[in-house]
Amino acid sequence: MDIDIEKELEQLKKKVAKLEKNRQDQLSIAIVSGDMDKVLATMIISLAAAASDTKVKLFFSFWALSALRDPKKSAKGKNFISTMFGWMLPKGRNKLKLSKMNMMGMGPLMIKGLMRKQNVMSLDEMFKQAAELGIEIIVCEMSMNLMGFKKEEMIDYPNLTYAGAGTFIAEASQSSVQFFI
Amino acid sequence: MNAEELKNLTVKQTVDARGTSCPGPLLAAKKAVGEIESGEILEVLSSDEGTKNDIPKWCDKMDHEFLGIIEEDSYSRLFLKKA
Repeated sequence: MDIDIEKELEQLKKKVAKLEKNRQDQLSIAIVSGDMDKVLATMIISLAAAASDTKVKLFFSFWALSALRDPKKSAKGKNFISTMFGWMLPKGRNKLKLSKMNMMGMGPLMIKGLMRKQNVMSLDEMFKQAAELGIEIIVCEMSMNLMGFKKEEMIDYPNLTYAGAGTFIAEASQSSVQFFI
Repeated sequence: MNAEELKNLTVKQTVDARGTSCPGPLLAAKKAVGEIESGEILEVLSSDEGTKNDIPKWCDKMDHEFLGIIEEDSYSRLFLKKA
């Protein structure tokens, strides 16, 4: 009888340890959207989380990759389609469009003006703060290849790595908060 | 704590986050709280309305003790004790 209780206790301990690991104080966001408003929301939520000592991991994929392009960098050896993609997609976080009321670029200009007026951090400042707070950026390598972007045209960021969906699922499954934007 | 008690506190550090918008005051508080010792008091000045709700919740998560708010004309003074 005693042995059974010990055995069950051991099993319970293992279960609890696993459950605890599954609910880490971590925020994992898969960001697919490359709209300025959605990237802004991602960064604001991430910064608030990081300020609360929540670990933050951002998985950038598809259209969101535009936000990680460095306008000062370019990549050589692209094929025709990749070159066209690169030419048509926003080159960097300051060139992103609004999901609504873009009005040929008037919308983003107006929002940026309002943000300055109301002392909301710019995306540049947000990325700087994110780096300082140790927010991690993981780039989806598959969508990067698909859209013809290359590593050498991505921004300089201290915590930037390349991975796939498996990494996101593993990270998301042990995070207490997961978003898809 | 009421305003009178809050005014009598020995504040170790005051961080002025007035003018900044969300999440500026939170980031300012996070930075400032790292510069003081446990049990010491931090005062955050903020003109952002949302911060009045954000800081108490942030304290709750971070285990700091939220002490209260003094409302001034165009901003609020928020007090907390570091855990």
